[in-house]
Amino acid sequence: MENTLWPLMGGVLIGLSAISLMLSIGKIAGISGIAWGAFARETDRDDRSWRWLFLLGIVAGAFLLHFITGKPVPEMANTPVKACIAGLIVGIGVNLGNGCTSGHGVCGISRLSARSIVATLTFMATAIVTVAVSQNL
Amino acid sequence: MKRTSALLSGLLFGLGLAASGMTDTRKVIGFLDIFGNWDPDLIFVMGSAVITTFIGFKFVLSHRAGPLFGSIFSIPTRSEIDSRLVIGAALFGIGWGLYGYCPGPALASIIYLSPVTIGFIIFMMMGMKLGNLFSK
Repeated sequence: MENTLWPLMGGVLIGLSAISLMLSIGKIAGISGIAWGAFARETDRDDRSWRWLFLLGIVAGAFLLHFITGKPVPEMANTPVKACIAGLIVGIGVNLGNGCTSGHGVCGISRLSARSIVATLTFMATAIVTVAVSQNL
Repeated sequence: MKRTSALLSGLLFGLGLAASGMTDTRKVIGFLDIFGNWDPDLIFVMGSAVITTFIGFKFVLSHRAGPLFGSIFSIPTRSEIDSRLVIGAALFGIGWGLYGYCPGPALASIIYLSPVTIGFIIFMMMGMKLGNLFSK
């Protein structure tokens, strides 16, 4: 349990980010929706710029965290084919389901949205089953 | 100010993701592996993020008619629980469990400069495009 401080701190920062984005420009901090809108052709210019800046902030924030605290950069599994297949499924899923861990899991649950609660329970369940199956193959 | 706020909010999000352990795919898989060698740490990310956001949203949305640098709070208004929502969420969970990345952590991990992460993101964007075509 000595490792609970990082997750707790991280969660609070993510929450503060969601509050800050809502308070300042009135948007939900749902990453899949923000990323989709950043690329989608139908997005107008003004709407596109805040999305790109938010995404840029995410990358810069991750850099700063490791730079400032010296927290080691995680090693990732070198399974490119699996990663690409996973990415494709995640992309289809978040588009059909209108959200991911941030939009449904954090912002949606915080608004007590029934859609988000159903979505979160669903993706937690299938993620747990997927891991249970793939770890035992 | 609109752009600066978006950048700063994103910065907080990225700091939070990297601090939380969500950008560590092995940690995420360990968290999801409740029937195996379960590592419960990441429950505190979701927990503290939801509690913080719940309190903050309540305060912001009840004390203000609109955002500081915009006209309205863009809050989703849909309430129907349809098969598209459930199928989409189910697929997302499968992809998340398969490699350990959900969209935010994958994007934050760009900074780790791994081609595997870039591959995940490119395919994720293609997946979004595909999902968008399906739903038309």
